[in-house]
Amino acid sequence: MSNARRVGNTPSGFSRWLLEHTRAISATLDQLKRRPFGTLLTAFVIGVTLALPAGLYSVLGSLDAASSGLKGSLRASLFLRDNLDDAAGQALAAKLAKRPGVAEARYISRDQALAEFKAHSGFGEALDILDSNPLPAVIVVTPDSKAPKAQASAMLDEMTKLPEVESARLDREWLERLYAILAIVERLVLLIAGALAIAVLAVVANTIRLDISARREEIVVLKVIGASNGFIRRPFLYTGLWYGLTGALLACLMVIGAQVALSEPAANLAGLYGVGAGFGALAADTVFAVFATGAALGWLAAFWTVGRHLGGIEPD
Amino acid sequence: MSNDALIRFTGVSHHYGDSSREILSNADFALARGEMAFLTGPSGAGKSTMLKLIARLARPTLGEIIVDGQRLSALRPREVPAYRRQFGMIFQNFNLLADRTVFDNVAIPLIIRGHSGDDIARRVRAALDAVGLRGKERHWPQTLSGGEQQRVGIARAVVAKPRLLIADEPTGNLDPEMAQEVMQLFNRFNEVGVSVLVATHALGLISRLPHRILRLENGLLTQIKASEFDYTDDAEEQSA
Repeated sequence: MSNARRVGNTPSGFSRWLLEHTRAISATLDQLKRRPFGTLLTAFVIGVTLALPAGLYSVLGSLDAASSGLKGSLRASLFLRDNLDDAAGQALAAKLAKRPGVAEARYISRDQALAEFKAHSGFGEALDILDSNPLPAVIVVTPDSKAPKAQASAMLDEMTKLPEVESARLDREWLERLYAILAIVERLVLLIAGALAIAVLAVVANTIRLDISARREEIVVLKVIGASNGFIRRPFLYTGLWYGLTGALLACLMVIGAQVALSEPAANLAGLYGVGAGFGALAADTVFAVFATGAALGWLAAFWTVGRHLGGIEPD
Repeated sequence: MSNDALIRFTGVSHHYGDSSREILSNADFALARGEMAFLTGPSGAGKSTMLKLIARLARPTLGEIIVDGQRLSALRPREVPAYRRQFGMIFQNFNLLADRTVFDNVAIPLIIRGHSGDDIARRVRAALDAVGLRGKERHWPQTLSGGEQQRVGIARAVVAKPRLLIADEPTGNLDPEMAQEVMQLFNRFNEVGVSVLVATHALGLISRLPHRILRLENGLLTQIKASEFDYTDDAEEQSA
């Protein structure tokens, strides 16, 4: 109304915005507290739905960390040309060791190689009948475990092409298979997370829809009194947000509970492979991601549902 | 009066959907600022519809309605809530929210307007005082009598100090004594400058009040003085 009068001490701008949101937060929390069973049941369903991808993601993180521990196995044996003497071989090893991304470059002379071969192969006496030592000198290069897999692999490839190198062998095939499996699992986790996100949207949307339906008369009264759609919508959006956040909290607790329950057998398994201590604690970024996802899904579901149903409720 | 009308109907007609029966037919009507008037007529005559047209809960088929200088046909949907906040509405069935206390029900219009907590407390107490319900702040609506519930409804309607009160059969669910009290309340608010338009069947009550009476029947709106009003037909209809 153009000549509408302003009534009393109504705050304006940011103060009013803050006041309205504070009231909506307080009112919605009160409302959820008044029906704790229903609230927890909904939050539990959301929690289970969020816990599955969060748990899988956490397991994937542990496997990735363990595979980093295996990166020591990603190494190259560079067999040097016969015309290279020990001094040149050692110099080359020292040069390679200084390259970024290299953890170790160990030089094994022809004599050392022969001695090791005799000690471990059981063919020592057979070698004695040969006129000369047939084994080449070797440099065993181990990449830095912190270096990315692809970068380490490319670096070793490049080393095999050095002019001093006669031939080379890369011990990486089985690791590459492991990485390929992990990539598939990672993709699967994403797909499952996507499907479960839709499930969370459906759960929250249905709960909010029932809430709107139960409060139909109240909405009508508010509209007649002059409440804007934003005013009516706000509590439902916060309700969706609280469902999402409570679900996220429960999801984190479930994942932590599962980790505690599985930590001992996982540590035993990791010990057998010599790859660390099994499950690590739930990472802070994972916790943040679970809460952010829960909050966003709860809010989005409420926004969509209220948008769909609020317009259809008009005073007659 | 006509130059200072708070509500003005000009050639307003209204019918529902495809129905050919006109609830309101080419009605001209004005309510002056500070005036109190009653709207009467048989059941189904369209008294409530007329109030809905004023509250922009329905739109006329033809004609123009101007309230406080604002053409209702020009209101955009998002402007309607702010428009409705300019007046108070009172209903036959009270329309109180059962899960909120008396205080919280009366506070709703102020919360919608974004008043501070202290201001709300002060105004709600004043409104409850005005309707004689001081001390009932923490009661639940369903624990009150019909008359008390209606007074809560009136307190909610006046708490934001509107210029206009619209009441749709406010005494319809009340006994005669309570109805009398409610009408006196409207009268008191009118005496302090609030315009009041009441749709009612309570002809015995309104005949004692010195206000203009409008009669709506067969879509036609006519204006008559209380002294000239023959309410026998309506009284019979009520008792039937």
